[in-house]
Amino acid sequence: MLKYTPDHEWLRVDGDIATVGITHYAQEQLGDVVFVHLPVVGTRLEKGGVAAVVESVKAASEVYSPVSGEVVEANQALTVEPALVNTEPMGKGWFFKIRISVSAELDGLMDEAAYNAMRG
Amino acid sequence: MSIPCSSSKISSRAPALRTPLYDLHRELGAHLGPFAGYEMPIRYPLGVLREHLHTRQAAGLFDVSHMGQLALRPRGADIDGLARALERLVPVDVLGLPEGRQRYGFFTNDRGGILDDLMIGRRSDHFLLVVNASRKSTDEDHLRAQLAQSCEVVPLRDRALLALQGPAAEEVLADLAPAVVEMRFMDLRDIRIAGVACVVARSGYTGEDGFEISVPSEAAETIARQLLKNPKATLAGLGARDSLRLEAGLCLYGADLDESTTPSQAALDWAIPKVRRVGGSRAGDFLGATTILTELTDRPRRLRVGLRPQDRTPVRAGVLLFADAVQGEPVGKVTSGGYGPTVSGPVAMGYVAAAHAALNTQLFADVRGRRVAIAVTALPFVPHRYKRR
Repeated sequence: MLKYTPDHEWLRVDGDIATVGITHYAQEQLGDVVFVHLPVVGTRLEKGGVAAVVESVKAASEVYSPVSGEVVEANQALTVEPALVNTEPMGKGWFFKIRISVSAELDGLMDEAAYNAMRG
Repeated sequence: MSIPCSSSKISSRAPALRTPLYDLHRELGAHLGPFAGYEMPIRYPLGVLREHLHTRQAAGLFDVSHMGQLALRPRGADIDGLARALERLVPVDVLGLPEGRQRYGFFTNDRGGILDDLMIGRRSDHFLLVVNASRKSTDEDHLRAQLAQSCEVVPLRDRALLALQGPAAEEVLADLAPAVVEMRFMDLRDIRIAGVACVVARSGYTGEDGFEISVPSEAAETIARQLLKNPKATLAGLGARDSLRLEAGLCLYGADLDESTTPSQAALDWAIPKVRRVGGSRAGDFLGATTILTELTDRPRRLRVGLRPQDRTPVRAGVLLFADAVQGEPVGKVTSGGYGPTVSGPVAMGYVAAAHAALNTQLFADVRGRRVAIAVTALPFVPHRYKRR
């Protein structure tokens, strides 16, 4: 199940684990990503809280957690190759995996059609 | 996630000004963003990283038409009289500036602070100034208030400004105007480009060899398209311009310079020649001279320095600097910072207390509550490659 937030994060839900990244549109707005600050495994995140920071040449942007839960994995490949966020935002450019603590929060998120409609 | 404010949608209150190349930017897919009241290209589809690297390897073409171009025309044709009057506002050698040459300088206030930094060029019968976009009206007011007796201040609103920068800039421009090969760094000449009368300076804001080309607005697009026919030239936006000037250790007004920073604090002593210093034949007699001349001999209380973060974290403007990894009061502040594509890592500049300004001093930057090691480093980060002879 693939869901989107209004803030251009996506999450792929598999059981109680969600993989989180930013959308193609978001990476396009950022431009060349040069650094990603990832959450530490074990960190407890609130829905909407700052989970990661993505730095382009120009600016730093915060990535918010789409759901509440505990970080179970961070994509270390991004520390070596931050440009994966640009080249494969929906794939190898994922940021972290989170164990969802409040599954009802998923209900408020958008599916792909709704997200695309929001972007206009 | 928080999207940075460089999208193509502009939501400023005042309608944004546009340069004569606006349609070309749109046609070529630029991401436009607000800058100093203008809607400017921040980057093109190539992206900041590649635009930056292409400029260092070949040539980048920048639209800098937002910058202020001002002609100072002497009343009564006394250009040396005007030079002397202008020296009251800038602590540089204007009188000794030969025709066809330009020089870097800054307007100072009576406290020794910097009102703006600028290029001053001497033409046959007037001075040509290029000032920062954000300071245009302040500068014009200042010039009119101070030099009303000596000159007429004429903003050249019908001219665009193109910067062609990089090791291939000469080759690209010489295809259209062979005479530019005879120019050296800081020369200023009348040159016909594709049949159009232009004023060309061999200078720039990237640390590379290159040209700044003042062209009549109506010819700007034609000339830009002609230059871009050469595959060695690519359009580059303000994003790349910023990372290039940062690597070159060049100041951005409003970030690294403001009315409270003095020339010595900003490490711009080199721009003040002997003739304007104590013991020189035209020493002092400029706004803020007492403070500025004292600081040339007594070390100022704070200094602009280069800063190299020790890990990969970019350290941006506004970040506070500390001497200790955990505690204590700040000893400085970052004024420009980001990622340097040529350096291939983060670079920054900032002001630190004189006691912490020595090269290789280890400091700590507070980035989102975490203190990251950062070292005082020599500027520039990338050596300048001007064509001096």
